Amino acid sequence: MKWLREIETFWTLFTAPTVWALHFLICYVAFAVFCAKQGALALSFDTVRLALGGVTVVALGVIVLSAWLAWRQWGFGTDDPPHDAPTDEDRRKFQGFATLLLAGLSFVAVLYVSVPLLFIGACQS
Amino acid sequence: MHGGMHFHTLCHLSSSANTTYRADCCTYDRSETAISGRIRAPNQIFGRPVLTIVIATLALAGCSGPQSALDPAGVEASAVHHLFIVMVIGGAIIWAMTIGVLAYAGRTRPKPISVRGASRLIVWGGVAFPVVVLFLLLSYAVWLMPQVRPWLPGAMDGTAEIEVTGEQFWWRILYLDQTGKPAFETANELHLPVGRRTTFRLKAADVIHSFWIPALGGKMDMIPGRDNSLSLEPTKAGIYRGPCAEFCGTSHALMAFSVVVMEEVDYLAWRAARTQAPVAPQKTSGQELFFRHGCAACHAIAGTPAIGRIGPDLTALGERQTLAAGTLSNTPDAMIRFIRDPASIKPGVKMPAFGMLPDGDIEAISAWLGGLK
Repeated sequence: MKWLREIETFWTLFTAPTVWALHFLICYVAFAVFCAKQGALALSFDTVRLALGGVTVVALGVIVLSAWLAWRQWGFGTDDPPHDAPTDEDRRKFQGFATLLLAGLSFVAVLYVSVPLLFIGACQS
Repeated sequence: MHGGMHFHTLCHLSSSANTTYRADCCTYDRSETAISGRIRAPNQIFGRPVLTIVIATLALAGCSGPQSALDPAGVEASAVHHLFIVMVIGGAIIWAMTIGVLAYAGRTRPKPISVRGASRLIVWGGVAFPVVVLFLLLSYAVWLMPQVRPWLPGAMDGTAEIEVTGEQFWWRILYLDQTGKPAFETANELHLPVGRRTTFRLKAADVIHSFWIPALGGKMDMIPGRDNSLSLEPTKAGIYRGPCAEFCGTSHALMAFSVVVMEEVDYLAWRAARTQAPVAPQKTSGQELFFRHGCAACHAIAGTPAIGRIGPDLTALGERQTLAAGTLSNTPDAMIRFIRDPASIKPGVKMPAFGMLPDGDIEAISAWLGGLK
């Protein structure tokens, strides 16, 4: 995993929001297709609900992993922001800190997107 | 004390016989009394409190009445009202706390705060608190959704159906029988039974309109080429008003309908009177003139040869609460004005002006139409 710390890419920054976006799409597309094709699919409502619950757990796991990597990139919080010196070290720490904040936001967002999974009762007739 | 008493009177006048809002008025009444009791200067008794009374009365006047979502008379409107109250109280508490913290920060003498303390304040007050509160409010709103829009399977089964079509600028209302076939048509006035769920099949003839009875629930758009469904259950008998809630042209603001919520026995009697073989109205010169001047080309009246479908059905027009889709009160004078020059009352209306007819003819037609029960 050493290369992860050395490689210079913005992708670490985008990981958590991308997971949030994918989770959102999977939830909404899955239920839209399920409700549109109710007779055609041999799946029960609760199966879809549980499957999306599983997707949510995986999404939250990936975000937590991304947050841990970001925390490490930030140096486990040993230095305080703003990390604005023109050095490789500060660039890396700044990116790590920003990634950590985005991971926090994405974690909460995925939880909010999942709220209807708890309360949804049926497809609209 | 004067201020308080005045306020009570005004408030009472402005609100209907609704317990909730009378109770609210009393709360304001007390606070007003308290203020006037403390301040005795004449200019303040007759100055500021009066202004407060006027503003508060105007503000509260909007809370009740036949077209208020804050004065619910239906299951869906009650759910919306409940959601509104919870959100307002929740928002008010958060606002008070935020302003409290702001006042505390602005008024106290600043003392150094440790980095650790500041971080803790940010993490708990700025992150954890809003995340949890928003999570709870969101969960509550999502949980409430099926009550606000009862569209789940089964909710609409076995309910009476009414087809409502939005047209520029009126409402075609078609009552359906139990098999879904047309039973009878009317316009601009709905009659509904209290305590029974009714499903509306919503259509539009020309442009997008929107069906909304704030006191009962809704709203739902009416889109040309598409059938939308909405079901409502009134809980209180009374007369309510539904406005068109989607801009639909020059007379959009003049497109409304009355909703008469009746006890079920009365409703069944009203419906039976409409569905049995129509009784021909009494023949008068007004009826003869109605046909001679071509009114029947656009309007239908049950029990007569008039079967026009372009304009609103005029059967039992005399019983309706309003004329011209909620625009005029149902009086002979208003009807005469409308027949003479409809566009001066409703710009963009399709009905041509009949001002060239002799006054006597218009009066006779109006008298006959007003007598249709």
